Amino acid sequence: MIAEAENGLKPEREEAAEQTGLPNGYTHLVPIVRYRSIQKSFGELQVIKGIDLDIYPGEKIALIGPSGSGKTTLGRMLMTLEEPSSGTITIEDEPLWQMEKKGNLVRASEKHLHRMRSKVGMVFQHFNLFPHMTVLRNVTLAPRSVLRLAKEEAEERAVEMLRKVGLENKLHEYPAKLSGGQKQRVAIARALVMQPKVMVFDEVTSALDPELVGEVLNVIKDIAEDGNMAMLLITHEMEFAREVADRIVFGAEGRIVEQGTPVELFENPQSDRLKSFLQRFR
Amino acid sequence: MWKWDYVIELLPALLQAFGVTLGATLAGFALSIIIGLLFAVGARSPIVPVRLTVRAVVDFIRSTPLLVQLFFLYFSLPMLTPFAMSAFATGVIGLGLHYGTYMSEVFRSGIEAVPRGQWEAATALHLSKRKTWFSVILPQALPPVIPMMGNYLIVIFKETPTLSAITVVELLLTAKSEASITYRVFEPYSIVGLLFLITSLLFSLGIRYFEKRYFGGHIADGGGKR
Ligand SMILES: Nc1ncnc2c1ncn2[C@@H]1O[C@H](COP(=O)(O)OP(=O)(O)O)[C@@H](O)[C@H]1O
Ligand SMILES: [Mg+2]
Repeated sequence: MIAEAENGLKPEREEAAEQTGLPNGYTHLVPIVRYRSIQKSFGELQVIKGIDLDIYPGEKIALIGPSGSGKTTLGRMLMTLEEPSSGTITIEDEPLWQMEKKGNLVRASEKHLHRMRSKVGMVFQHFNLFPHMTVLRNVTLAPRSVLRLAKEEAEERAVEMLRKVGLENKLHEYPAKLSGGQKQRVAIARALVMQPKVMVFDEVTSALDPELVGEVLNVIKDIAEDGNMAMLLITHEMEFAREVADRIVFGAEGRIVEQGTPVELFENPQSDRLKSFLQRFR
Repeated sequence: MWKWDYVIELLPALLQAFGVTLGATLAGFALSIIIGLLFAVGARSPIVPVRLTVRAVVDFIRSTPLLVQLFFLYFSLPMLTPFAMSAFATGVIGLGLHYGTYMSEVFRSGIEAVPRGQWEAATALHLSKRKTWFSVILPQALPPVIPMMGNYLIVIFKETPTLSAITVVELLLTAKSEASITYRVFEPYSIVGLLFLITSLLFSLGIRYFEKRYFGGHIADGGGKR
C-alpha cells in the first residue's frame, strides 16, 4: 500500500495541495483533458447524459460504476473511437472532435483526429493484439511506421517496454502462444511505447482468469508509479483503484454521481447509489 | 479410331495455344486480384461518392456477361476512344475486370471476418489508414480466403475459351480449326479436355500446398471478439 495522508492524498500530492491551496494537488496544473457537457446516444439510447470531467497531467483517475453506465464509451470517445453526440472534449486546450476552419468550429477531419489521437493511448479489455505478428513486431509496428524510428531504435524501445512488463523473454512468440495475462501485458507495452500523455485502460483484467489478474495489475501499478502519464483506469478492482488512483470517479447511468480521493469515496460515500454499489465489493 | 500419329501432328499447335490459354489465365487472375482488392477497399471508403461509385460499377460488371464486356472492350472501345489493344491484352483485361468483381466479394468476406478490435487497436496506435490496411487488416483477411481465390483461378481458366470470340487463338479455338481442316474431332477435343482436366487438378493441388506452406499454423488468436 502506498502511504496515504489523512485526507487521502498521496504524499507528493499533499505537498502540491499545500503549496497551491487547491484540493487534490493537481488543480494548480492545466488539465490535459477536459470533457464538457458530453452526451452520447446510440440511436434512441442515451448512454452519456452530460458529463464534465477534467484530467490533469499525470493524474490517475479510476472510473468505477455499474456495467452499462457508459464508462467504456467515455474512454472510447477520448481515443476517437466514438464521436460524442454533443459537447466538447479538449486535449491540451485543443478540441478533439472539432477543428477551426476560417474562424468556425467544424467537424474534425480524419487528419485532425490523426494528429490529436497521438496524445492518447488505450488498452482494451480483449487485448486486440495483432495475431499475425510476433510480440516484438506488435510493439515495434507503430514506432516504426508512425514515429518513423529506425528498426534498431524501435526494437530497443520495444524491448525496454517489454522488460518493464516482464516479457523480454517472449519477443519472438506469437500471441496465440501466450496466456491472457501475458497478452494483456504485451498490449500494455504496445500502447506505452508510443508515449501517450493520457492512457485509457478499459477493464483490462476483466477478460482474464482470476489467477492472471494480479500480474497485470502489478504492471499497471509500476507504470503508474514511475510515469507522468495521466491514466483513466476503468475498473471493477476496488482494491487496485484505491491503491493506484489519485481520484475516484463514480458514474452511473451516464452521469458522474460522486468523485473524490479514494479515502473520501471508499470510507465516506455520500450517495445511496455509491453506497449500494460498494456493498457489492465488500 | 484413335490415331497416335495424328495426335503427334496436332500437339505442337495445341501446346502453343495452351501457352496462350495459360498466359491469359494467370495474367487475368493476377489482374482480378488487384482489381478485386481495389474494389473491396473502395467499397469501404469513408468518402461516400467513392463508395457508391465502386458499388455501382461492381454491380454493373457483375450483371453483364463476360462475352458482352469482351465485345465492348475489343470492338466498341477503339471506336469511342483512341485506345486499341491486342486481342490477348483485351482478353486479360476483360477477365481481370469481370472476375475482379467476384474477387472483391471474396475479399469483402475476408475483411469482414477481421474482428473490429483489430481496427480499433490500429487506431489506438495512430497507424495511418494505409498502414492499417497493409499491415493489420489484409494479412489477416487474405489467408482464410485463399481457397476461394483458388476456385476463381480455376473458373477463369475454364472461361478462357470465351476469348476466342475476340480472336484470341487459345486452346479450344486451335482445336476447332484443326478439326475443321481434317474433319477429325475426336483427338483434338479429347486432348483439349484432358489438358483442362490435368491443369485444373494441378491448380487445386498447388493452391492447397501454398495455403499449407505459408499460412498453416500460428494465425489464430490475438484476443478480441469476432
Ligand atoms: N456501439 C454501440 N451501439 C449501441 N449501443 C452501444 C454501443 N456501445 C455501447 N452501447 C450501449 O451503451 C451502454 C453503455 O455501454 P458502455 O459504455 O460499454 O458501459 P460500461 O463500460 O460502463 O459497461 C450500454 O447499454 C451498451 O449496450
Ligand atoms: Mg465497459
